[in-house]
Amino acid sequence: MPADEIDERAIAAHVPRLRRYAAALVGNMADADDLVQDCVEKALTSRRSLRDPSRLGGWLMSILHNLHVSGLRWRRRRGHELSVERFADDVALSAPPADRVAVRDFVRAFGQLSEEHRRILLLTGLEGMSYREVAEVLDVPIGTVMSRLARARERLRVLLEGGEEQVLRRIK
Amino acid sequence: MTTPEEEPVTEADLHAWLDGELPEERKPAVRRYLDDHPDVARRFASYREQQEMLGRAFTPLINRPLPDSLEPPFSRPRRRSLALLTGFAVAASLLMFVAGGATGWLARGWMTPAGGPDGTFVANAVAAHRVFVTEVRHPVEVGADQEEHLVTWLGKRIGKPLRAPRLSNHGYELVGGRLLSDMDGPAAQLMYQDAAGRRITLYVRPSRDPANTSFRFAGDHGVRAFYWADNGLAWALTGELERGTLSALAEEVYRALNT
Repeated sequence: MPADEIDERAIAAHVPRLRRYAAALVGNMADADDLVQDCVEKALTSRRSLRDPSRLGGWLMSILHNLHVSGLRWRRRRGHELSVERFADDVALSAPPADRVAVRDFVRAFGQLSEEHRRILLLTGLEGMSYREVAEVLDVPIGTVMSRLARARERLRVLLEGGEEQVLRRIK
Repeated sequence: MTTPEEEPVTEADLHAWLDGELPEERKPAVRRYLDDHPDVARRFASYREQQEMLGRAFTPLINRPLPDSLEPPFSRPRRRSLALLTGFAVAASLLMFVAGGATGWLARGWMTPAGGPDGTFVANAVAAHRVFVTEVRHPVEVGADQEEHLVTWLGKRIGKPLRAPRLSNHGYELVGGRLLSDMDGPAAQLMYQDAAGRRITLYVRPSRDPANTSFRFAGDHGVRAFYWADNGLAWALTGELERGTLSALAEEVYRALNT
């Protein structure tokens, strides 16, 4: 379909996916909803700049990414640590009962990662994007994607398996 | 000059291997390397586990009901959502519904004593829903491409002719179905999916009580179900949708099965 026909319905079909990504990235549903809403508005006003409509998904993800990085109103919210706890409990409730403890621990550890690391892990691991697609969304070289991914995985491993000491080392 | 097969294995190679981006000709070298370095192999096993947990933790978020502000038309004036104003504590407490009244819908929690066997029935339906909607590789045993075979087979096992109702008008297409079992014997699950990948399931088994019942509603932490008995079969439609959306779908199922 030509770019003019990128309509609300086409964008709406991507919203649940964008929202899942945003929630996992920012660690609460309310901020995620704000971020996705900003993304949708931005996409609608600049839809003519999308040359290839088959790339709508990646394009929306890039918009979301840029909005997140430029950090507008969603950053207003207070108490990230508190909301990570709450978010972990909330996410765990959606998991099968047998998985709940593991899911909560995982979400807590994940929430302690830097935004950069959360982002790279989500785009590759949850969204299933190739290194090339991630490089386009983040607007960085593929080599950066790979090295960042390696660091993010190792940090998360330490957070999950190591505990307190490694958390402090991370902050240093 | 070394060939691509012989070049030393790097950390980047190992990650590419984990992500399915390693060129075929490099794979034997990586496998050999991991065999020779059990500590590295263990580390990458952890990374693979992380990857799985990422999916297990966050995949269900895609099925959360959307706030109005994220449903088209998007041009409506912004309204602050309830969750945004009050946080999850209040939102979560609203998820246990007590409703009914005007439309004749009967509301129940999962396990209310008054629900009797129906409480167990809907709990089974919801448990089966939770297990299979997040399944990526094998969400169904028989796909919609073999619908005829699917419904004949499942109908035979539950002892009643079965049909897969069309829900295309509501944007849901049949993915397929599977045979399950609960305390009372065989049960069947049909799965539907919309363009955004949101899944709902229709769970059916022979009804213990021959009487038909009106729709009943049960909700728990985002997962909601409508269930009813009709024509000797007990049905439950389960999804992580707004109650109104799910009830429209349940009515469509009911209509489709009775025409």
